Amino acid sequence: MTAVPDKLALYWQYPFVRYALAVGVLISLCSSLLGVTLVLKRFSFIGDGLSHVAFGAMAIAAVFNLTNDMPLVLLITTVSAVLLLRTGQNARIKGDAAVAMISVGSLAVGYLLMNLFSTSGNLSGDVCSTLFGSTSILTLTKTEVRLCVLLSVIVVLAFIFFYHKIFAVTFDESFAAATGVRTGIYNLLIAVIIAVIIVLAMNLVGSLLISALVIFPALSAMRVFKSFRSVTVCSALLSILCSLLGILISILAGTPVGSTIVAVDIVLFLLFSILGKMLGGVRT
Amino acid sequence: MALITCQDLSLGYDGREIIRGLSFEVSRGDYLCIVGENGSGKSTLMRTVLGLQPPLGGLIRLGDGLSMREIGYLPQQTPIQRDFPASVWEVVLSGFEGSCGLRPFYSRAEKQRATSNIRSMGLEDLTRRCYRELSGGQQQRVLLARALCATDKLLFLDEPVSGLDPRVTTEMYRLIEQLNRENGITVIMISHDIAAALRYASHILHIGDTVFFGTRDAYLGSGISSLFTGGGDEQ
Ligand SMILES: Nc1ncnc2c1ncn2[C@@H]1O[C@H](COP(=O)(O)OP(=O)(O)OP(=O)(O)O)[C@@H](O)[C@H]1O
Ligand SMILES: [Mg+2]
Repeated sequence: MTAVPDKLALYWQYPFVRYALAVGVLISLCSSLLGVTLVLKRFSFIGDGLSHVAFGAMAIAAVFNLTNDMPLVLLITTVSAVLLLRTGQNARIKGDAAVAMISVGSLAVGYLLMNLFSTSGNLSGDVCSTLFGSTSILTLTKTEVRLCVLLSVIVVLAFIFFYHKIFAVTFDESFAAATGVRTGIYNLLIAVIIAVIIVLAMNLVGSLLISALVIFPALSAMRVFKSFRSVTVCSALLSILCSLLGILISILAGTPVGSTIVAVDIVLFLLFSILGKMLGGVRT
Repeated sequence: MALITCQDLSLGYDGREIIRGLSFEVSRGDYLCIVGENGSGKSTLMRTVLGLQPPLGGLIRLGDGLSMREIGYLPQQTPIQRDFPASVWEVVLSGFEGSCGLRPFYSRAEKQRATSNIRSMGLEDLTRRCYRELSGGQQQRVLLARALCATDKLLFLDEPVSGLDPRVTTEMYRLIEQLNRENGITVIMISHDIAAALRYASHILHIGDTVFFGTRDAYLGSGISSLFTGGGDEQ
C-alpha cells in the first residue's frame, strides 16, 4: 500500500488535480465572502432559490448540448437574482413565495427537460452529478478553469472594493439609505455577486450543496469571532482549508468531492462551536 | 429658509393613509419633538421624510443647502441585527458610508471623528466589543455615535430613550441638548416622554386624532398636551 504522501505526489502530476485544487481554493474563497450577508440578511432565501435556478439552467444547457454551459447558467442565474430581489423588496412574504415557486419550479422543469431531451445514456447519473457535483471539479475544461479564475478574481476584488458598503447595507439598510448610501444599487450588486458565486460553487459542490458551502464557514467563524472583519477573514480561511482537505480526501478515498467538502465543513463547524463555548465568546 | 419643509403630506402603507394633510417645517437649530400615541404614524412620518418610503401625497422639500448625505438617523430598534457580528468600532464608522461616495476606505479624519464621537458617548472601553453583546442602553449610544458620524447638521432620533434606565435617559437627553445647543445640530426626535419633550424641545409636532404643529409655548397654551398626558400636570 502506498503511503499517503507518495500517493499525493503521484496525483500532483496530473494537471486536472492541480486545476481542481486551484479552482477549488478560489471558489471556496469567493463563496465564503458573502456568507455572513447570506446568513443574516434576507438574501439567504435568494441564495437557496438561486441554486435551484442554476440547476434548471444547467438542464437547459444540457438539452441544447452546450459544451460550455457556464455563460448561459451565469446569465440565467444573474437575471433571476435581480428579479427575485425586485419581488422580495416590497413585501417579505410575497418574496418568499416567489422564491419557493421559482426554486421548486426550476428543479421540476430542469429534471423534466433532462428526461425528455437528454441524449445521455446515464440520466440519473447526470442529474446526480448536477445536484451533488460528484466529479465536475475534476472534469473542468481549460476554458472553464479560465472562466472560474476570472470570475473568482472579479468577485474577490468587488468584495474588497465594496466591503464597507456591503457591511453598512447588511447591518442596517434603513440607516444606510437614510444617510445617502444608494442601497438599491448595492443590493443589486450583492445579488449579482451571489449569483456569480452560486454558479461558481456549483462546479465545486453541485447545486444542492451550495448553501452549505456558503453558509458553514460563516456560521463556524461566527461561533468564535465577533467583528465583521474577523468573521469574514476567518470564514475565508476556513472555507479554503475545508475545500483543500475535502478535495484531497476525495481524491485519496474516492469519495464525491462536494459532499466530502461539506462533511469537512460540518466537522469544523462542530469544532468551532466547542471552541466558541470554551472561549465564552468574548473575542473580537 | 427652512431645512425641511413638508406640505400637505399624506403617508401610509400600500395606499392606505395613516396621516393626511400634514404641514410643518424645521429650521436650522430647531429641536422638534414628535409626539403621539402608539401607531399614530410617528415612525412612518420619519421614514417618509428620510426617503425610506414614498409619501402618498404632498411635498417634502430639503432647503438651506441640506443634502440627504448630511443627515444622521437613529432608528427605532430593529431585531434584524441580533446575531450580526460587528464591533462597536465597525458600527460607528459605518455612519460615514453615505458621505464616502465610491471611496472604498475611511479617511484618517473620519477615523478621528469616529473616535471623538465614541468618546463623547462614553464608549471608549467598549470600542472593540461586539455590538450585539452590549446592553440596550449601550447599543443605543453606539447608534447615536454612528448617527453623529453621519451628520453635523441634522439628527433624526426615533425614540432614543426607549429601554434606557432613568439615569442613562437623563444623560441621553442632556447629550442631545448639548448637541443641539453647543454643536448647533438640528434635532428631530420622536418621544413618548411628553415631560421631557416639553422641557427640551423648541417645537412640537403632535400627530394623532388632533394634529398640532408649533412652538413649545403655543403647544402648552393649546391644551392638547393635557389631553395626551390625560391629566395636565406639566408646568
Ligand atoms: N410595514 C408596514 N406595513 C403596513 N403597515 C404598517 C407598517 N409599519 C407600520 N404600519 C402601521 O402604520 C401605523 C403607524 O405605525 P408607526 O410605526 O409609524 O407608529 P408609531 O407612531 O411610530 O408607533 P410607536 O409609538 O409604537 O413607535 C400603525 O398602525 C402600523 O400598524
Ligand atoms: Mg415608532
